[in-house]
Amino acid sequence: MSKQTAPAPARPRPMDIVQAGMKRRYAEERRFRFYGKLAIGAGLLFLTLLFTSIVANGYSAFVQSFIQLEVYLDAEKLDPQGTRDPAQLGTADYGGLVKQSLRSAFPEVSDRRDKRALYGLVSSGADFQLRSMVLEDPDIIGTRQTLWVPADDDVDMFLKGHIDRSIPEADRRIKDNQISWLDQLAAEGRIEKRFNTTFFTAGDSRDPELAGIRGAVMGSLLTLMVTLVLSFPIGVAAAVYLEEFAPRNRWTDLIEVNINNLAAVPSIVFGLLGLAVFINFFGIPRSAPLVGGLVLTLMTLPTIIIASRAALKSVPPSIREAALGVGASPMQTIMYHVLPLAMPGMLTGTIIGMAQALGESAPLLMIGMVAFIVDVPSSVFDPATVLPVQIFLWADSPERAFVERTSAAIMVLLAFLVVMNALAVVLRKRFERRW
Amino acid sequence: MQNTQTGVKTPPRTTAGPTELDAASDVKDAVTVAHTATVSRDVRETVGEIRVADPRIRCDNVSVYYGEKRAINDISLDIEKNAVIALIGPSGCGKSTFLRCLNRMNDTIDGCRVTGDIVLDEININSPKIDVVPLRAQVGMVFQKPNPFPKSIWENIAFGPRIHGFAQDKDELDEIVVTSLKRAGLWAEVKDRLDQPGTGLSGGQQQRLCIARTIAVSPEVILMDEPCSALDPIATAKIEDLIDELREQFTICIVTHSMQQAARVSQRTAYFHLGDLIEVGATDQIFTNPRHELTEDYITGRFG
Repeated sequence: MSKQTAPAPARPRPMDIVQAGMKRRYAEERRFRFYGKLAIGAGLLFLTLLFTSIVANGYSAFVQSFIQLEVYLDAEKLDPQGTRDPAQLGTADYGGLVKQSLRSAFPEVSDRRDKRALYGLVSSGADFQLRSMVLEDPDIIGTRQTLWVPADDDVDMFLKGHIDRSIPEADRRIKDNQISWLDQLAAEGRIEKRFNTTFFTAGDSRDPELAGIRGAVMGSLLTLMVTLVLSFPIGVAAAVYLEEFAPRNRWTDLIEVNINNLAAVPSIVFGLLGLAVFINFFGIPRSAPLVGGLVLTLMTLPTIIIASRAALKSVPPSIREAALGVGASPMQTIMYHVLPLAMPGMLTGTIIGMAQALGESAPLLMIGMVAFIVDVPSSVFDPATVLPVQIFLWADSPERAFVERTSAAIMVLLAFLVVMNALAVVLRKRFERRW
Repeated sequence: MQNTQTGVKTPPRTTAGPTELDAASDVKDAVTVAHTATVSRDVRETVGEIRVADPRIRCDNVSVYYGEKRAINDISLDIEKNAVIALIGPSGCGKSTFLRCLNRMNDTIDGCRVTGDIVLDEININSPKIDVVPLRAQVGMVFQKPNPFPKSIWENIAFGPRIHGFAQDKDELDEIVVTSLKRAGLWAEVKDRLDQPGTGLSGGQQQRLCIARTIAVSPEVILMDEPCSALDPIATAKIEDLIDELREQFTICIVTHSMQQAARVSQRTAYFHLGDLIEVGATDQIFTNPRHELTEDYITGRFG
């Protein structure tokens, strides 16, 4: 184009140079955007895969198979003296009654081994269910009661279709005779799938059909409470001092570098520290949410301090000048103006730290929160476990029924995380709307 | 009330409008004709009367260092009582830095060091022993960018009086808020929305809110750091009116980039150049009859 003005070697017009390059520049632009979309797509794909696999594995844990039994509450066996003494009633042989009921349902079973297989259809939890029923209302002794008891975990797996009846009998946990009894029960309408309340109300158990997450959830809540109560005030105070008051010198630089380094320390190291300091030196009971909370505080503090400092830094200096300019002391400036403005950021940081703490298991293994604990903890001194550790424990268990419970527990954990993040958003919005 | 006032005012008022360029050429013409400067550009000693009969603040050999760098050199200057002094000069000449010495705002800057004596009520306020909190109540400040607190208009004004304990109860606080807003000429515009955020006002209203916030603490000296640089000419005119009224009660020290503004609002003017105080004198004299060549260069628009 520029050559039409030859013979002198004319310089191309700047506009021509710009135009010539435009196509390449737009192509780069499009490629750049495409990479971004690709990255987001990959992220979404993995997230979908994760959720699909967890939900597909775990949704069935929210229902549980129940078997209807007709139990004759034999007064001779339960209360031979007829005193209705609760202590006496509490120790009676309810297992025998359940077995008797099963025998009367399938009178043709006579072989010892077959009988044991028959008794294995229902969960050992049936005994306890019967016992609490009698203790609640002793008047039913001597009557015939119809009740639904949870099926054994293998039976439950079979009824949910996780055990294939076409594979050889020797390779499956449910034998042929058990299958025929179950088919008979099902035909009589004596098998039902119900919502698994046990999963939410019980503590851990060796029997999957009796195991629940209540203990772990309570343990997590207590641990997080300790963590929050300690780490939020300490973190905010440290951030405010470092950001607003501390002089800039070698010492504060050193402290800053160390805080940033602490944020990157593997969490299990904090667990070892907690074991050495809190349990061995201070003698705090092991496995307790208190010591778990202390360890998680150490782990969360750097996150909260770093986020809080960033939030404080983002408060415009003009606000500080305005307050100082009317004669506010540095503390008044911070309390009335800087902190309220920084609070949304601090809360976000804290909740992110809390979410991190909620999902943490490694440091808690070191301080004994990995123990098998059946009781639901009621204080920060009781032995407890937490959700992620419970997931770890169940994932380690050989029973097929724990596989779905592991996934279900993961779903509960994820639900808690979603709730916490939603809470962060809500809090942030509320704080921001006040001005 | 404020709006009707801007319409009918003294001649300088009308030039404060959108016709700033005309005003600039007026001043320029006057000076070019006079061409009176006799002190050479190489002289760095202050020309003119640095002392006045009735000073509110007396500065002696004030120097400011940012780290190793010296930002202003040995400035001696009196701030006259119940008068407006304008500090003018090109960017980076140290006028804002000097202003911030007067209520120790430079303390908030890391590595900033101020030497020399700044005497207020026979006390050297530059001494490290001085408590800056009461000092800043005595010497208030209005900043370049309007910086209301992100709270309600009422809260903005009430904050200062409350922290200093000026009011016993909310009624007294209410009274201070109303008086301050009235004196800042903002009452008519905001009286129905005292509970709304101060950040929702227009730029000029925000700056008057900041002035109201400053006078609510009843300071004796008000420092203004280019208070109109972010405002349009109409808002500027209102602020200038306000400064004129406040002069009766307060001692005002204003930094400005607008020579017209300095000419309109101040009685004395000090010209700063690269950290030196070059010339100080009555505003009329500085703008019509500068004695230093650097001052003349600046006000005739040769640089700056």
